[in-house]
Amino acid sequence: MSTMDPSRTDLGFSDPDPRRSGPLDRIPSIVLPIVSVLLAFAVGGILIWLQGVSPLRAYAVLFSNALGTPEGLLRVMEKSTPLILTGLAVTVGLRAGLFNIGAQGQLLVGAIGAAWAGYHFQLPLIVHLPFAVLFGMLCGAAWASIAGVLRAYRSVSEVITTIMLNAIAIALVDYLASEPLKEEGQPLTRTPAIADSAALPVFGIVPSGFLLALAVAVFFGWYLTRTTQGFRFNTIGLNPSAARYAGISVKGTIVLAMAVSGALAGLGGAIETLGVTGRFEPAFNAGLGFDGITIALLARANPLATIPAALLIGTMRTGAAALQFQTGIEPEVVDVILAITLLFVSAPIVARLLFRNRNIKQTTVTSGWGS
Amino acid sequence: MRARYAYALAIIIGVAILVFYAMDQVRTVSVLSFSLRYAVPLILDAMVGIICERSGVINIGIEGQMLMSAFAGFFGAALTGNLILGTLIGVGTGMIVGAFLAVGAVTWKMDQIIAGTVINILAVGLTSFFYAQGNVLPGSTPIVAIPVLSDIPLVGPVLFENGLFTYAALIIPLVLWVLLFKTRWGLRTRAVGEKPSAADTSGVSVQGLRFWNVTVAGLLAGMAGAYLAIEAAGTFERGFTAGRGFTALAIMIFGAWNPIGALGAAFFFGLTQGLASQLQADEVVAIPQQFINMLPYVLTIVLLAIVSGRIKPPAAVGKPYEKD
Repeated sequence: MSTMDPSRTDLGFSDPDPRRSGPLDRIPSIVLPIVSVLLAFAVGGILIWLQGVSPLRAYAVLFSNALGTPEGLLRVMEKSTPLILTGLAVTVGLRAGLFNIGAQGQLLVGAIGAAWAGYHFQLPLIVHLPFAVLFGMLCGAAWASIAGVLRAYRSVSEVITTIMLNAIAIALVDYLASEPLKEEGQPLTRTPAIADSAALPVFGIVPSGFLLALAVAVFFGWYLTRTTQGFRFNTIGLNPSAARYAGISVKGTIVLAMAVSGALAGLGGAIETLGVTGRFEPAFNAGLGFDGITIALLARANPLATIPAALLIGTMRTGAAALQFQTGIEPEVVDVILAITLLFVSAPIVARLLFRNRNIKQTTVTSGWGS
Repeated sequence: MRARYAYALAIIIGVAILVFYAMDQVRTVSVLSFSLRYAVPLILDAMVGIICERSGVINIGIEGQMLMSAFAGFFGAALTGNLILGTLIGVGTGMIVGAFLAVGAVTWKMDQIIAGTVINILAVGLTSFFYAQGNVLPGSTPIVAIPVLSDIPLVGPVLFENGLFTYAALIIPLVLWVLLFKTRWGLRTRAVGEKPSAADTSGVSVQGLRFWNVTVAGLLAGMAGAYLAIEAAGTFERGFTAGRGFTALAIMIFGAWNPIGALGAAFFFGLTQGLASQLQADEVVAIPQQFINMLPYVLTIVLLAIVSGRIKPPAAVGKPYEKD
């Protein structure tokens, strides 16, 4: 730590090459998130027990409804898709020393962009589907770039701007879906349905959007550790002044990292529109962005690890509805469990319990208000 | 330089208000009262941010602190049937959550933004989990008109006929300004936020002062929450605080981490919101409601882009203190 700018990123991944660390060194990075999740479930169990329901039964309902039926599995995959992508969005930001709290807004903008591209044009499938997906990504990237440019050129903290852009995006898409892009002759606030040529197919019970998200996660696992651009992201995240000396354009890389981050969140929104809802409705996806933060930190900013983290949270979110229906427990118990998970992964409590007398690396992801 | 612009803006706004008052007394008073009501939680929350950041701790969990306080205050009052007790529960909750942040961000040296994010997610989860419909407050808080002062035209009905929290929000920034810049506590707090190693060398407990400042500042977030639920709305709904805690952080920055500056900035925000609502209500301009909702956030980004670089945050903000 002492050799680095102390205000910048250290997620404990300063050595991104797994071949150079032995298997024993890699155990803690897997054990800590698992223990944190289990402990968070225990705390959630207390809350459920206080409501007069057996925690074991509640968790059985939560997981069996999500994982026990083909429809449940389909929904788990559908729900996990935007979570993988928002988790990746936050991960790319963290790697470059940026804390993107705005995945929610970027996802919404991407979702409505994809909806517009999906219903406004009549094109052959081979053109239309990629166009709609890319247009959603472009919208997300553009939205995030506002924060990226302000951070790079005006030193405005991306934490503040992305929070503000979330609120603006919520209002903006609500306006767009209720005025200019509204389906005519409909009382509901929603866009027209997308054309069939823009719909993402489902293979059996496996949505193609889910496969796309998996592929993107694998791609970023390679991109961030094996390419020059990924190296640039990591370098400006770990030590911006060293990056500057090495001839990396810090400002350009910040804008690019933010744009890539936004494109990923926008892709999450596009898949939701083109593969799940078939149109844009403002009410459909609250809180996904915060889940992205939890996922990225659970995965310790490792792109491949976002997949299991997102599947876990996707499963919980899918099962939460059945939980309310069958036991009367409010679905927000999932939020409580996730908040506690986030606390346990990032606070030193669990880490100290697990690995006594070892130097625990603190999770530090952010600097102050721009610097 | 910056202060001169602020004074000029304040004078222009002041003159504009007088002109409008001469043209339409009722509407002017109504817009200004609306603006003040909008500003009260922002002022209190911005003070929380100022105390924390002047001590070197980022508090992004103000939103969650306020949400939990509003929840606890409302249900405390509704279930005990006692408005004062409910208010105390609400304010106390703000301090408990403040202590939680202090343990995470100061004692455990967690990443401060994650610590705040945990509070925000936890607040949404807990207040929705324990939410119950059909509760009502046992009464409403009194409006206290201050004798003589409330008879002044314009100023009287706007500033001196309010609930107790509103008066508190008007007085606390002045008190905090004196505390920060004229007392030993203030000097130490600023030292801990700017140059903790120097403060440490001169015998100030960096960790101790940060811990207590963050904890006690929670009282103000508690007041903001209790104000919203008990004095302003008289009810509690899910997601009740609607991002005000985040807007307050922007107000803190515009106020250059100065309580009086933040007070002015909060008034300015309130005024834009009050004016936009009045224009819409009068159908002068057809602004969709969504644009009025996004106005404070757009304003925040635009103003941040303009002022950033000219105002500096406390130097050590966001960095856990490590002894060398």
